[in-house]
Amino acid sequence: MTGLVMPKADEKTMARRAEIVAAMRAIVPGEGVVETVNEMRAFETDALTAYRQLPLVVVLPETVDQVARILRYCNENGVRVVPRGSGTSLSGGSLPLADAVLLVMSRFNRILEIDFPNRVVVAQPGVTNLGITTAVEQDGFYYAPDPSSQIACSIGGNVAENSGGVHCLKYGLTANNVLGLEMVLVNGDVVRLGGKHLDSEGYDLLGLMTGSEGLLGVVTEVTVRILKKPETARAVLIGFPTSEQGGQCVADIIGAGIIPGGMEMMDRPAIKAAEDFVQVGYPLDVEALLIVELDGPPAEVDHLIAEVERIAQANGSTTCRISGSDAERLSFWAGRKAAFPAVGRISPDYLCMDGTIPRKELPRVLAGMRELSEKHGLRVANVFHAGDGNLHPLILYDANNPGELAAAEEFGADILRLCVKVGGVLTGEHGVGVEKRDLMPEMFTEADLDQQMRIKCAFDPNHLLNPGKVFPQLRRCAELGRMHVHQGKMPFPDIPRF
Amino acid sequence: MTDFTPTTPEEVLSVVQWAAAEQAPLEVVGQGSKRGIGRPAQTEHTLSLSRLSGVTLYEPAELVLTARAGTPIAEIEKLLADYNQQLDFEPLDYGPLHGQAAGAGTIGGVLAANLSGPRRLKAGAARDHILGINAVSGRGEAFKAGGRVVKNVTGYDVSKAMAGSWGTLAVCTDVTFKVLPVAETETTLAIRGLLDDQAAAAMALAMGSSAEVSSAAHVPEGVAISVVGGALGSDAATLLRLEGFPPSIAYRLNLLQDMLKNAGELQVLLGDKSKAVWRDLRDCIPFADGTHKPVWRVSMQPSEAHRMTLDLRQNVPASAFYDWQGGLVWLRMEHGEPEAERVRALVRAHGGGHATLVRANAAVRAAVPVFAPQPPALRALAERLKASFDPHNILNPGRMAG
Repeated sequence: MTGLVMPKADEKTMARRAEIVAAMRAIVPGEGVVETVNEMRAFETDALTAYRQLPLVVVLPETVDQVARILRYCNENGVRVVPRGSGTSLSGGSLPLADAVLLVMSRFNRILEIDFPNRVVVAQPGVTNLGITTAVEQDGFYYAPDPSSQIACSIGGNVAENSGGVHCLKYGLTANNVLGLEMVLVNGDVVRLGGKHLDSEGYDLLGLMTGSEGLLGVVTEVTVRILKKPETARAVLIGFPTSEQGGQCVADIIGAGIIPGGMEMMDRPAIKAAEDFVQVGYPLDVEALLIVELDGPPAEVDHLIAEVERIAQANGSTTCRISGSDAERLSFWAGRKAAFPAVGRISPDYLCMDGTIPRKELPRVLAGMRELSEKHGLRVANVFHAGDGNLHPLILYDANNPGELAAAEEFGADILRLCVKVGGVLTGEHGVGVEKRDLMPEMFTEADLDQQMRIKCAFDPNHLLNPGKVFPQLRRCAELGRMHVHQGKMPFPDIPRF
Repeated sequence: MTDFTPTTPEEVLSVVQWAAAEQAPLEVVGQGSKRGIGRPAQTEHTLSLSRLSGVTLYEPAELVLTARAGTPIAEIEKLLADYNQQLDFEPLDYGPLHGQAAGAGTIGGVLAANLSGPRRLKAGAARDHILGINAVSGRGEAFKAGGRVVKNVTGYDVSKAMAGSWGTLAVCTDVTFKVLPVAETETTLAIRGLLDDQAAAAMALAMGSSAEVSSAAHVPEGVAISVVGGALGSDAATLLRLEGFPPSIAYRLNLLQDMLKNAGELQVLLGDKSKAVWRDLRDCIPFADGTHKPVWRVSMQPSEAHRMTLDLRQNVPASAFYDWQGGLVWLRMEHGEPEAERVRALVRAHGGGHATLVRANAAVRAAVPVFAPQPPALRALAERLKASFDPHNILNPGRMAG
């Protein structure tokens, strides 16, 4: 993917840059328009730092009306727009385009309403994920989805990516925790979807918007559900001699009707890297390390901890430690949470992949990864959201060695192909973005992708919003809308009829 | 006039391709158990999925089930129960409310109507549990979306767009749902004799506590007697459901009893009795009276629900009970008029939401928008979305007309 091809910059738009910047300044006054190369550098990439591109101009609106006017102007003038929240996308979802306005929503940073009787928070899209929890935690509430970038990532970005996190096994993804949106369509129309009530009076546009990666509209307000914080949480740290035993333990826990608050697994290379980094006492003689966290009322947690311990032993665990204090629980997590930087210590660079597989396929996929590791001559360390089969293989490489980035990307693509082959998907929570864009045909047929692009056309008929992301090939909406009809007789006279 | 009853996805495809070429509108149904909802069909041809049936994949350890869209929901619920699992969103059964037998309907219909039940409050609706679909668009093209795993953000969540689309976008041939273990036990705490506003306060208190209440309903005096054949008695009942492992339930029940000890007379409903009460509320049994009196299903913000009904009753006679902490109001119009504009104006005035006319005779449904009309920009977007799937409007045309 080092050969990443983005939509060709439109020279006419590039030539009109001064005029477009002036139009943006007329809509957003003062420091809300950033146009010098030096200042725009801060926006040239997101958390997929392998790719960089300066935008045409950066605009940071403060009001919904400004967003509507910017989009209306761009729509009428055929100017592309890349929306951006905090820029923490791991798939290049907010990678700028040379001929596109970068629409940065970070100044929409206020919490608009906290409603405890209905247990919802209404926030502007630039509020961070953690910011929502912070606003309600003194009253004992929290917002459940917790992507690892929660300190920085914005709730608007969470909607765009349908973000997950450790807790989503029990508490759901962003899509299950967002009740309402206000958004601006590319034509400048402002629409509201949902609110403090549940479900939709019409099509589930809220469901479509969530995870649409900035291609359908720009979110200007988000209503989320908040939950009462569980009274207690305890964790069990379990080591296994083989990954098969670890995988079976996960299956047996779920088979016993237990849905833990979090259930994470690490393989030997990841365990070693994490332990070397944070020294929290992870066993180094195991192939798989499982962290199972149970949360809820103390009586429930105690009951389930005993169950999990029994299941772990039945599956041949060689270590099984139960956290006796919150400090100890957090130490169990410290290694897992530090896994990415820990791998960063042992390798100059790494790529973080994000496939999901049916859980039972874990041993097969791990074995496949070992073979691929030899084939590509690169090391891989694995951390998983074990409860839902979401894998994060970390491919270790050195960008200073010619060809290693390309080899790492090819290795990553092979892993994702393997995920699809065993019944899984290309991305569990990081999004397609530019990173997995060209792999979409591994999972979808042309007909599947055409129907998705027709949905895009219903929202954005000129492909102006975030082009070059998600879809490997952009097809014109007029062409997509054409019907290829098969004139003919009544089909299958043998189809049963009454 | 033709009724197509295909038995394979390929046959479904050929029927829709023919209809698309002929621009011949199709009424798309499963078993037709929800025909009483939405604008009555006026199509010459019917595409029934009732023979496109069967569970094609069920892996209890993976918590996933795939079935042909026409598979009876009763068959799926029985299969899941054999493995101590369930559809956690407990889809309601509209049969009794429409004077039909309980237990009809298909899994495809569950998705098309985005059904849910009292546990919606905690566990979500069909939309929150659908993982993937295979479908045929109104263009006569087969496509798939989603997958069979829970964590999946690959492409748009087109499966969710099918939820609540009433068969107007595409004909699903296969649906994949997340399934979950059945809770070991369930217990309900009932507070007796509360007025609607007192009940709203008690439910908000309970839902905001650590008791992990999975359903909260209020059945006022006059309606309570119609639950489980009078088993609840006639006093108003505010119901809080607890589900989970026995030691946990004991602890949480104690927490609620302590918190609500001054709220009113407390009563505990155990196991099967608790289940029977929630099943009746799920299916709107209190209004399953054999009449055609209009019934509204109103989704709104919980804290405003009792105020909305109070305002409504100033002008028209209506019975009401509340689920989802008040976020779901079931309204029966006692004078036989739907009063659509009045009901919808009051919902708007009380924080917004939407009202669906889930029971009314065909003449009323032909005249009154069954689904809440949308503002112009949203309506235009919805029409473009419909056209992206079904440009000639051949799938259930007009069914969702608002």
